[in-house]
Amino acid sequence: MKFSLPTFWVAAVVTVFSLASCNDKEKEAQPTVGTLDIEMEHVVGNRALALNTTTYTNPVSNEQFTVSRFNYYVSNIRLQKADGTEYPQPESYYLVQESDTESKHLHLKDVPIGDYTGISFVVGVDSARNVAGAQTGALDVNNNMFWDWNSGYIFFKMEGNLVASSAYPAKSFLMHVGGFTKPYNAVRTVKLTFPSSNLLVGADHSPELHLRIDALKVLNGPQPIQLSTFRGAHMPGANAVQVANNYAAGMFLVDHINAN
Amino acid sequence: MRVFTSRTLTAPLLGLAGLLVTSCQPDADILKQQAVPGDTLPSNFPTPAYALETNPPDRATFELGRTLFYDPRLSRTGDVSCGSCHQQSVAFAHADHRVSQGVDGLLGPRNTPPLQNLRWRRELLWDGGSKNLETMPLAPLTNPVEMDETLGNVLKKLNADADYRRRFAKIYGRSPIDSYQFLRALAQFTAALTSANSRYDHYVRGEAGRQLSAPELRGRALLAQKCTPCHSTDLFTDETYRNNGLDREFSADSGRAHITSVVQDRGKFKVPSLRNVTKTAPYMHDGRFATLAEVLAHYDHGVQPSPTLDPLLRRPNGQLGIPLTAQEQADLLAFLETLTDTEFLQDRRLAERQ
Repeated sequence: MKFSLPTFWVAAVVTVFSLASCNDKEKEAQPTVGTLDIEMEHVVGNRALALNTTTYTNPVSNEQFTVSRFNYYVSNIRLQKADGTEYPQPESYYLVQESDTESKHLHLKDVPIGDYTGISFVVGVDSARNVAGAQTGALDVNNNMFWDWNSGYIFFKMEGNLVASSAYPAKSFLMHVGGFTKPYNAVRTVKLTFPSSNLLVGADHSPELHLRIDALKVLNGPQPIQLSTFRGAHMPGANAVQVANNYAAGMFLVDHINAN
Repeated sequence: MRVFTSRTLTAPLLGLAGLLVTSCQPDADILKQQAVPGDTLPSNFPTPAYALETNPPDRATFELGRTLFYDPRLSRTGDVSCGSCHQQSVAFAHADHRVSQGVDGLLGPRNTPPLQNLRWRRELLWDGGSKNLETMPLAPLTNPVEMDETLGNVLKKLNADADYRRRFAKIYGRSPIDSYQFLRALAQFTAALTSANSRYDHYVRGEAGRQLSAPELRGRALLAQKCTPCHSTDLFTDETYRNNGLDREFSADSGRAHITSVVQDRGKFKVPSLRNVTKTAPYMHDGRFATLAEVLAHYDHGVQPSPTLDPLLRRPNGQLGIPLTAQEQADLLAFLETLTDTEFLQDRRLAERQ
């Protein structure tokens, strides 16, 4: 093939320009980060969690109870890849409250695009932030999730009422879990793998990860709890650790992933 | 005289320097007056727990913290401020009060501790229940026998006050006033409460013309020999929790165990600093001793046995306590007097605005 010199230059210039614009387009079209939504669905066994109005059965003891409050912190979210690398979300603190619908949607921005195989997070607040002084947002000490006299965050709150039976009277119960020092460290990390399909965060993939959080597991865990005899938890200590061990063992489950 | 001589030698240059000096001098004075107390770390102190960079001292924020510290509206009843129980003239302890006195005259279980050198404290309160200077005020604020208020109500009251709204917004650039702003501003004041200019400090830093007397020096040596490691460093506390043998059982107040739920911590309390100790009577976590002489008598012959009694108070011969002759007690008391920091106790920048 034979080019005249002017034609060559025109072609070259056009090529260079089109390459340049092509590169620009690629940069615009291929962002390095995407978003991930995590939906927290609260259930009690096979029923939805409804505050105050529904009576549930404790599988440990057949006790009947209602739930009036169900709050917890999720922090230090990390997303794992098949190659063993992971993405730790910076400044990762969420307060989830059954009474606040909005709080049950965790919106993660700036997640590196990639194919993720699992997620891990702390139920509660890491020890560093427990002693870091005044905070804002989810960690605002005015969120009723902070102990004043033995200072530190309350990682988990479940409160409710036990229905009277022939064996015991009606009473309220209170489980406030916190504490980040030995021997009663209640900071627990939950690690979940995505069972059927990976979670693909991409330029055109904003997946939704649906987690199912089963409040019954607080009672029906490795260290079962009978509400009529349990003395509750309201400070760092053995009871708080017992509740934490239970919820860490099986309360959080991957329900499904919407690829979107 | 020297200035006059210099000026005659090189008038133009020195004239300029003179101008600079005269224009700088008043500024420097104003700067010194406006500096935030405690914004310079004393050279004889260890590394602080609450670093200057954490909440850099700033005049306007310090003044806001000072207003909050002395504001009785922080209590439920509107008549108890932080300053009600923490009085500057006695190193921000409560003069002549065995235990704390809160709203409606309610008495707490413990003696109001002095507030000084808090910047160096990793844990606060007699039992160490508070782990950060910024969140520490939540304890007295919400305690039913102290200020008996909620944080939410305090924020409501602050946000209802136009002057507070203006001052907070100017510093933090956003509204409404939130817990972060409130606690950070208050911490600017509490972190500023630095006592480091006692006669002892001047002596130990080798500052000109400051000497200690022979009894004071003997007392200092005795303290190093008999009262450390508990009352160590120039903060005169090692920040540990110890059972100093006040009681045989601890049903009234389990102390550190109240926080840790650990049996081995029963009856242990934070080792208090000895700074300004002659001003902070009564003594011990429950204010049981009215005088320092009683305190020394306790260590000499009053120590009670219990499973958690500090090992340092058990002597090889099986006896308890720290034997101190009358002369030794007199020398120790002489040294303790040198830890009184009049400059701190009278610094008008730390007082309630009149």
